[in-house]
Amino acid sequence: MHHEIIIAGFGGQGILSAGRLLAYAGMVDGREVSWLPSYGPEMRGGTANSMIVISDEPVASPFIYSCTSLVVMNNPSMAKYESYVEPGGIIVYDSSLITVLPTRTDVTAFGIPATMMASEMDELTYSNVFLLGKIIERTGCVSLDSFEKALYDVLPKRKHHMVPEEMRVLARGMAY
Amino acid sequence: MGEKLLMKGNEVIAEAALRAGCRHYFGYPITPQTEIAHYMARRMPQVGGVFMQAESEVAAINMVYGAAAAGKRVMTSSSSPGISLKQEGISYAVGARLPAVVVNIMRAGPGLGGIQPAQGDYFQAVKGGGHGDYKLITLAPSSVQELYEMTVEAFNLADKYRGVVMILGDGMLGQMMEVVQFRDEEPISEPAKPWAATGTGMKREHNTITSIHLDPSVLEHWNDERQNQYRVIEEMEQRFELYNTDGADVILVAYGSVARIARNVIKAAEREGIRLGLLRPITLWPFPTHAFEHVMPQAKAFLVLEMSAGQMLEDVRLTVEGRRPVFFHGRMGGMIPTVKDIMREVHEIIGTREE
Repeated sequence: MHHEIIIAGFGGQGILSAGRLLAYAGMVDGREVSWLPSYGPEMRGGTANSMIVISDEPVASPFIYSCTSLVVMNNPSMAKYESYVEPGGIIVYDSSLITVLPTRTDVTAFGIPATMMASEMDELTYSNVFLLGKIIERTGCVSLDSFEKALYDVLPKRKHHMVPEEMRVLARGMAY
Repeated sequence: MGEKLLMKGNEVIAEAALRAGCRHYFGYPITPQTEIAHYMARRMPQVGGVFMQAESEVAAINMVYGAAAAGKRVMTSSSSPGISLKQEGISYAVGARLPAVVVNIMRAGPGLGGIQPAQGDYFQAVKGGGHGDYKLITLAPSSVQELYEMTVEAFNLADKYRGVVMILGDGMLGQMMEVVQFRDEEPISEPAKPWAATGTGMKREHNTITSIHLDPSVLEHWNDERQNQYRVIEEMEQRFELYNTDGADVILVAYGSVARIARNVIKAAEREGIRLGLLRPITLWPFPTHAFEHVMPQAKAFLVLEMSAGQMLEDVRLTVEGRRPVFFHGRMGGMIPTVKDIMREVHEIIGTREE
């Protein structure tokens, strides 16, 4: 298996942590992984992205020019990264924020109103988890057990009580 | 080996230094290496060490001088503009024969430049950087695991040769997370330091740590000794990796994060039936001339890849000495070379050669 994933959106939407969770889960699954964040001023309110490689083989470059899966959470990122998706790849986007829809016909796109669903639950930090659910369901890039372990290992202890709910959110994203 | 951890390159450098017995860190924040200082600020007090955010890079390198003079394992880190500020202090430390580790997580220059990855400080690292005739052993890790292993190694080499060792990475290596496994026990080799200024206890003459030698004949002799030592280092400490070089149509030469991109290029070429090899210098000084001699009989051409205008390129040319064609592809300003552009160069090279 070889997955190259780009997650992109605004700083503050959990773009970097979502990528880190995937990479961590991939490691728990025994894969070779890398996670490369955008850094600097981008993190502070501008656009942010993270690049994740999960593979059976050692990761060559952590910086990727194309991806098998794309998670997008704002319009500028859709404009920038839609062309990065390899033919046959998938795009999962937050349809409650994105008004410029993907136009590619050689990829499969899924719109999930993640931010709206998360705000209904009064917990905006869940929005990226809805989207990750879809990626995991479509690609199998990480196992659910490993994702749950990633949540426990990556999140600070004070947030561990949220993990069962996050796993339910993930399942809703998978089923959407 | 310990359990698998997913860690950021910068944090791994800091953890590796602690594992190597470094208990003194002085620095000043600058993107993209500030996580080293963050990590040290948290961990140093836990292990009884000293973390200090100095008032400037110049102050930090001189604090390094002080701690090293007292015989302590000490490190500072910065990114390109900050490393320029440290050059005077590095020259003084070399002049006083002080072991220390300096980390440069390069960003794009010149000047304040940008914050994205670059390799434009190669000349500064391997040709001296400050004033006077000196060299720094310069290590160029290419993965997070190597950042760990080479940081530990850097402290051993600094002590072995009583000099400053530089770890030359870039923003990509510093910021990325990869799996790292720490050893249960580090291969620390720290010789006794009878020269250190540790207090005489009224039992011996005091030690003097200085770089000043006003008598030209004394200073020339001192320099001769360094140059002799550098010849030994050039013979003993070259490190490199060869991958897929046997029968390669073109051998790529790249270090650090660009060597990772070169691996993608090799895969892309394979799909087109083109065989590319990789010669990856791990020590930039001493430059791994042995690697070139090893591949030379079979080599057809070299393609040097850098995030610079072509700095390592000069050392490759000096080593190849016109025996084979040497080509170059580089990006600057924080731009990262693409597989597509490099493949275009490869096609041109192979096309040229077939004519």
